Amino acid sequence: MGISISNISKSYKNVKALQDISFDVKPNELFGLIGPDGAGKTTLFRILTTLLFPDEGTATVAGFNVVGDYKEIRKNVGYMPGKFSLYQDLTVEENLNFFATIFGTTIDENYDLIKDIYVQIEPFKDRRAGKLSGGMKQKLALSCALIHKPKVLFLDEPTTGVDPVSRKEFWEMLKRLQQKGITILVSTPYMDEAALCDRVALIQDGKILEIDTPEAIVKHYPKPIYNVRANNMYQLIISLKDYEFNHSVYPFGEFVHYTDSRTDFNPKELRHYLETKNLSDIEIQETEATIEDTFMELAK
Amino acid sequence: MLPIIFVLPLLQLVILSNAATFEVKNIKFAYIDNDKSPTSRALIEKFNASTYFDVLTDFPSEAIASSAMLKGEIDVVLEIPRHFERNLQKEKHGTLGVTINAIDGAAAGVENVYITQIIQSYNKNIRTALAQISDVQIQPINIETIPLFWYNETLNYKTFMVPGILVLLVTMITLFLSGMNIVREKEIGTLEQINVTPIKKSQFIIGKLFPFWVIGMGLLTVGLILARLIFNVPMVGSLALMYFYTSIYILVVLGIGLFISNFTDTQQQAMFIAWFFMVIFILMSGLFTPIESMPKWAQIITEFNPIKYYVEVMRMVMLKGSGFTDILPQLIKTSVYAIVMNGLAVWSYRKTT
Repeated sequence: MGISISNISKSYKNVKALQDISFDVKPNELFGLIGPDGAGKTTLFRILTTLLFPDEGTATVAGFNVVGDYKEIRKNVGYMPGKFSLYQDLTVEENLNFFATIFGTTIDENYDLIKDIYVQIEPFKDRRAGKLSGGMKQKLALSCALIHKPKVLFLDEPTTGVDPVSRKEFWEMLKRLQQKGITILVSTPYMDEAALCDRVALIQDGKILEIDTPEAIVKHYPKPIYNVRANNMYQLIISLKDYEFNHSVYPFGEFVHYTDSRTDFNPKELRHYLETKNLSDIEIQETEATIEDTFMELAK
Repeated sequence: MLPIIFVLPLLQLVILSNAATFEVKNIKFAYIDNDKSPTSRALIEKFNASTYFDVLTDFPSEAIASSAMLKGEIDVVLEIPRHFERNLQKEKHGTLGVTINAIDGAAAGVENVYITQIIQSYNKNIRTALAQISDVQIQPINIETIPLFWYNETLNYKTFMVPGILVLLVTMITLFLSGMNIVREKEIGTLEQINVTPIKKSQFIIGKLFPFWVIGMGLLTVGLILARLIFNVPMVGSLALMYFYTSIYILVVLGIGLFISNFTDTQQQAMFIAWFFMVIFILMSGLFTPIESMPKWAQIITEFNPIKYYVEVMRMVMLKGSGFTDILPQLIKTSVYAIVMNGLAVWSYRKTT
């Protein structure tokens, strides 16, 4: 009843958007597709929602083939495209009514499913959708995607351009929907959101880098990772990149994440080296790897 | 949006019907009278009396008249030769020089006809005046034609143009709106959301096109009322027949609009293609220029022009009172066109890419 993807490939002219993608999403799972812009996330979503034919490979959604049984899929999935795509000149209520009607249902019939979300936008139900704020639009779009009680929900970058508070709320809503038995495939470019999924797939340049639970992915990180800080960030990055034993160097918030190519790395040596480069206030601490670190390592 | 859809086209109907006429009036007429006799003055008086000519001035020489024509101050110059009166009396024969500015060929042709008519009628009068009794026996019998203008007795251009311009309004609005509509949904992304719903192709398309069909019929209604009230265009035929034909005709236009929509990605592209077809359809519809005078190949192309049939039907029904069987050929062709265009449109509309 989940999603099963095997050997899907898709090219646009000379760009290979997806190359031999295979993975399964278990029923009732909250699965994250994590990758930068242009990784192929939207293409995969469009194939799974029957908007695009794959060049090769097969996929099933809720047990239905995306090519052969597209009619069944359209009845059973909810899709929220990355771009807000409801009717901007209809009001909140009209939009919801419209989508309920298209799916042959009514708002009342599945109201319990959308209730938590809809109550937040209900005070604005007579406002036109185009006049809503970003977070409200997302809530309305999610309500419309849920109105027919889909078995599988596809959310393409639902939190892009949404403020941090609304993002947090949004993920809480997804968790609640998951408890109601809906399989959710969500894509996001934000690595911090990955930790909220049951399992994630890291995707780049149309290829899956790794699939696992967020905890396991972090554990896979091969090396100890260090937070390095100094008075001059720019000079610090340049110096570290010049350091002969460096394995990876990239900025991470207020720190630079540094890994060493040697197994017997001693932070003191690095400190000495940085001091010779006229850097002061040097701080070097070992830290936990995050999904972003793993992604950067895999994407190298 | 709705007021714009109705107000602008109706404004167009009022303006175009009054302005787009082929009547040539206010012809700027000048003359060079080298004779200065009572006969020549009587001839000029004839032109002066005509409502079509504004008699400007008397030019002393041909050179000055030519330069005035070059500057566009005058359209027609009549040159009366010296001894015009004497020649007429003595030799029963006279020549007149007429120079017409023919930059607008059609207008020049019309002006020529007017001038010839005036000179001919003058000729007839003068013949009676100059004829002597002895000539009576040998005077030839005149053949005279008395034209009767059927269906538009007063040759009123508005009667002729209003049904045609009404056709343009209905066509333009419905074509542009329907052509723009689905492309717009593509642009703002709502089409993608709709495409993942179980809605059927035919349901979606009917839902998209029906409002424009209603708007088209509404435009026809308002246009007919205006034609009656403002232009007093006769409506000889049956209104029901006009509506029946229009209801099928709009389907053709909507089909074309939808077809354009399916093959374009932006409203700009759709607008451009819609314009391209609109201009060809209008100019080759027989609305402004008669189809009979087009070259053979162009006449064949007009067979595929739905506007042509609509213009024909509107003029036939409104002015001639044609009945169902009279417009049957047009009706059949339009129906076939409607089925083909909508079939193509539905076939080419894809919910997947």
